[in-house]
Amino acid sequence: MHWYILKRLAVVPLMLFLFSVISFTLIQAPPGDFLTSYIAELAQGGSSLDQAHIAALRSQYGLDKPITTQYFLWAGSILKGDLGISLEWRRSNAELIGERLLLTLALTVFSLLFTWAVAIPIGIISATRQYSVADYVFTVLNYIGLATPNFMLALVLMWFAFDRFGVSVTGLFSPEFTEAPWSWARVGDLLSHIWLPMIILGVAGTAQIARVVRANLLDELSKPYTEMARAKGLPEWRLVLKYPTRVAIAPVVSTLGWYFPQLLSGGLVVSVVMSLPTIGPLLLRALVGQDMYLAGTIILIFCVLTVIGTLVSDILLAVLDPRIRMEGA
Amino acid sequence: MAAPADATVDDVVVPVAAVDKGAAVYVAPAWKMTWWRFRKHKLAVVCLWVFGLIALIALAPEFFATSDPDATAARNAYIPPQTLRIVHEGRLTWPFAYGVEGQRNARTLRMEWANDTETRYPLRFFVQGFEYELFGFIPSRTHLIGFAGAAQTDIPRLLGSDRLGRDQWSRLMYGTRISLSIGLVAVAISTILGIVLGGISGYFGGWVDNVIQRLIELLQALPPIPIWLALSASLPRTWPVTWVYFAITVILALLGWTRLAREVRGRFLSLREEDFVTAARLVGASRARVIFSHMVPSFTSHIIAATTLAIPLMILNETFLSFLGLGLRPPAISWGVMLQEAQNLQSVVNAPWLMIPGLFVIITVLALNILGDGLRDAADPYST
Repeated sequence: MHWYILKRLAVVPLMLFLFSVISFTLIQAPPGDFLTSYIAELAQGGSSLDQAHIAALRSQYGLDKPITTQYFLWAGSILKGDLGISLEWRRSNAELIGERLLLTLALTVFSLLFTWAVAIPIGIISATRQYSVADYVFTVLNYIGLATPNFMLALVLMWFAFDRFGVSVTGLFSPEFTEAPWSWARVGDLLSHIWLPMIILGVAGTAQIARVVRANLLDELSKPYTEMARAKGLPEWRLVLKYPTRVAIAPVVSTLGWYFPQLLSGGLVVSVVMSLPTIGPLLLRALVGQDMYLAGTIILIFCVLTVIGTLVSDILLAVLDPRIRMEGA
Repeated sequence: MAAPADATVDDVVVPVAAVDKGAAVYVAPAWKMTWWRFRKHKLAVVCLWVFGLIALIALAPEFFATSDPDATAARNAYIPPQTLRIVHEGRLTWPFAYGVEGQRNARTLRMEWANDTETRYPLRFFVQGFEYELFGFIPSRTHLIGFAGAAQTDIPRLLGSDRLGRDQWSRLMYGTRISLSIGLVAVAISTILGIVLGGISGYFGGWVDNVIQRLIELLQALPPIPIWLALSASLPRTWPVTWVYFAITVILALLGWTRLAREVRGRFLSLREEDFVTAARLVGASRARVIFSHMVPSFTSHIIAATTLAIPLMILNETFLSFLGLGLRPPAISWGVMLQEAQNLQSVVNAPWLMIPGLFVIITVLALNILGDGLRDAADPYST
């Protein structure tokens, strides 16, 4: 078990290295270096940077050095915890990202839990009552859930809430808490706002995962050990929950590896529509404004979160399935 | 001996019809059996028709449009949908649409549109309208639907008009072409990449397989939308529409091929061990012959099913990108570009009909998903 986890952990630095290279390449992708375009933009607006400041920035990012040196300078400063500064906002990236990152994580984790809490029971009901009315209803809902882009769902719900009840369901905080320091009241306010984005974000995944659970459970239910348990006289619900369900939901844990990045991606779009203070809208703005170091840092954060998600899913899977943890030993 | 002989004749004669039909099953090529099975899935067949209709619109959007999708008229901004009606003054009539008249609200300074029940524009088929070139080279003026007696600027807007007074119905028709084709082209590129890389990976195995599999894992672990956004943000602003279009398809395909490659590799791995492949190899067939005339035909239907399921994802992704303003840019018209108009609560509350393109996205994706599922179930003709 420990051996297996160690093996998984050993891959993490490699993944992080590759992801940082990808993020850095993306920073470099726009034509020209960012400082030149930044100075040009400032000149257009009538202001300018003093020469000393330009030189400082140039040497900080090593813009006059070869590209590999630039990469190591960038990666090195990130490892030291210095995320750089945003040229557009003129504030440090860490300060800009800080709370937004926390809220992004909160939204993602809540959506994940919501998805499991809804998808697993739906999958179980669909599989145990195959071809019943409930199964058909869930199948239809699943198809629709899969086909609806989550921003459409957000738009429609926002419009509905405004049209019918005159409330605007945007943001994650009430106005009086937006800039307030953290307190229990603020957490409560967050919880009273986060449920709608959570549901919107979780719907598509719920549909996908319910399908996986249904298919797996149907497979398990036709196996001899289920028959055997039934012959032994176990009550049906206990029989289903105790053995086949446990086997059927194990793959759901492994879906975390791809579902987590998907949630982060989806959260980005939903956040833009519902003006949620997460890192998604910040990334979008940085990209549009070519504030590439901020954008690169955010993309790297997305990648790191993905790596963590995959790692957690691998470890959970090993806990659930002895075949996996034995393999490494 | 006469009796048994008779019996044999009877035995042969009686089931002839049945044998004939049954024999067809034994000699039918795989695609035919797939088709037979697919036809049994009624909903999937309906979806095939729906998709066919959408594809038809994509081929000739000009024919289905009622007015020029780029014709702006700021005066006619945000006109609500002028629905087709069949009841006028309590009597059933031929379908028609009312004209509209706008009045500026003196207090809010907003235009308010009301139906002008005096003017009626009856629906007509195959009417003459704005000029266009069908398939890019046949000059024509004929449109599927139109309205009798409507001047160029008064043509009823079946789905309302947008911020610049452009007709949403016509824009939707044009948008279908780009949205659908971007999905198809991106999937085509990823299918080629997927088949080549997945095929190499599955057929050769060993370290090649290992390298390709690690690459796939790495790409699948990336959060797709941020990467796509960053890539498309780096496209120069000065590029013409067609370049951006192709760049976006390539960007989408770049992360999209992995799933197909996995599918192909899995098929290759399982087929490699099949008796008929071993037989072909023992008979002395060349490697290319084994792959292309023995292995590929037996999983084409799987590839088609997997491809069909990949198209809706691509369509959704293009919609996401364009919606966020980093995909296609106006003057290109796609569903995502149209939805950009409905990006915030305010515009949606003012003009809810701006969300209609989203309905088109949902219908298309739904149809393709069900169609793909039907194909996937049918792709294994020997299973029950």
